[in-house]
Amino acid sequence: MLSWLPYAVAGWIFLVGCYGLVTSRHLVHTVVCLNVVQSSTYLLLLAVGWTRGGTAPIFADIGRSRSVTDPVVQAMTLTDIVVGAAVTALLLALTVQIAKRRGTVDPRALRSFEQESEE
Amino acid sequence: MRTRLTLVLAGAALLVLAVVGVHAVSELPAAGDVPHPYGARAVAAAFGHATANAVMSVTLDQRGFDTLGEELVLLAAAVGTVLLLRELAAETREKTEHGYGPEDVFEALRLVGYVLLPVTLLVGGYIVLHGHLSPGGGFQGGTVLATGLYLAYLAADYRALDRLRPPGVLDATEGLGAFAYVAIGVSGLLAGSGFLADWLPHGTLGKPLSAGTVPLLNLAVGVEVGSAFVLVVGKFLEQALLAPDDVPEEG
Repeated sequence: MLSWLPYAVAGWIFLVGCYGLVTSRHLVHTVVCLNVVQSSTYLLLLAVGWTRGGTAPIFADIGRSRSVTDPVVQAMTLTDIVVGAAVTALLLALTVQIAKRRGTVDPRALRSFEQESEE
Repeated sequence: MRTRLTLVLAGAALLVLAVVGVHAVSELPAAGDVPHPYGARAVAAAFGHATANAVMSVTLDQRGFDTLGEELVLLAAAVGTVLLLRELAAETREKTEHGYGPEDVFEALRLVGYVLLPVTLLVGGYIVLHGHLSPGGGFQGGTVLATGLYLAYLAADYRALDRLRPPGVLDATEGLGAFAYVAIGVSGLLAGSGFLADWLPHGTLGKPLSAGTVPLLNLAVGVEVGSAFVLVVGKFLEQALLAPDDVPEEG
């Protein structure tokens, strides 16, 4: 069962995040949902790199012949997290701008790029 | 009406995505039992350069060029965020009095903050400098360092944070971190090996002075990530504290 469970959980997290994105009524909530979607990719990458009985690929205190998980996908996950944090910061800054300029953070009230005054 | 249409369309799209996803995953090899040819080669290469932390060896040695791109993404995002929020800070500063953050903090929380501040900075430095030996590295350690600085805000207030964070210095160190990464890369060219090649002596696996350029790159990354984190969170904090009247302030 463990062989497909990580993929299933990754898919589930992805779909839950997408549902949140679609139904979001607040831009900060939208950004957090995007983070949830992205965290499914962390799980997928780590699942691909998992080795049954393997330990962390850090050889400071284990023998060279120990079975370890794949360090390549772990490094990619690290890149994924850093880029995700950068994107989140930018999106939140844009949210602050939108709140100031449009007076709303509800994505449904932001239909066009023009300044709306009836909000 | 419109929201229902959105929901129906999104539901249909997600259903298609779920079916395709299940189909794609069903063709994947079962997790945990497959050989990892790239992983095995990456581990062998990490041994070749005496880097105990194979993940850091992949990130900063074998895929060093990709990490340069990642660094620049981070730099661009930090600069973009600071620029987006800077103009607003100037707008609101004229209008309202400054808030300085948590005043009614429990004394116990204050004490914990003061005690944890030096400990967190020490741990952050350790994680950065031991990135080639133990779990961690520049990205993780830089984040811990920046978090440590924000303990000062939680324990005291915004002014205490400002004293710990002289203006202009972090802007400079952020650029300096990215520059140092490129400079270390170019030093490989000058040494005759290649851009971002691990050309320094590798030392013994598991010793503090090992892994060639990896600890230096970790230091550069740590400085950049820490500075970027402090700058960006600082800008958001300014937004919250210098907010105009229509935005409710949190105590």
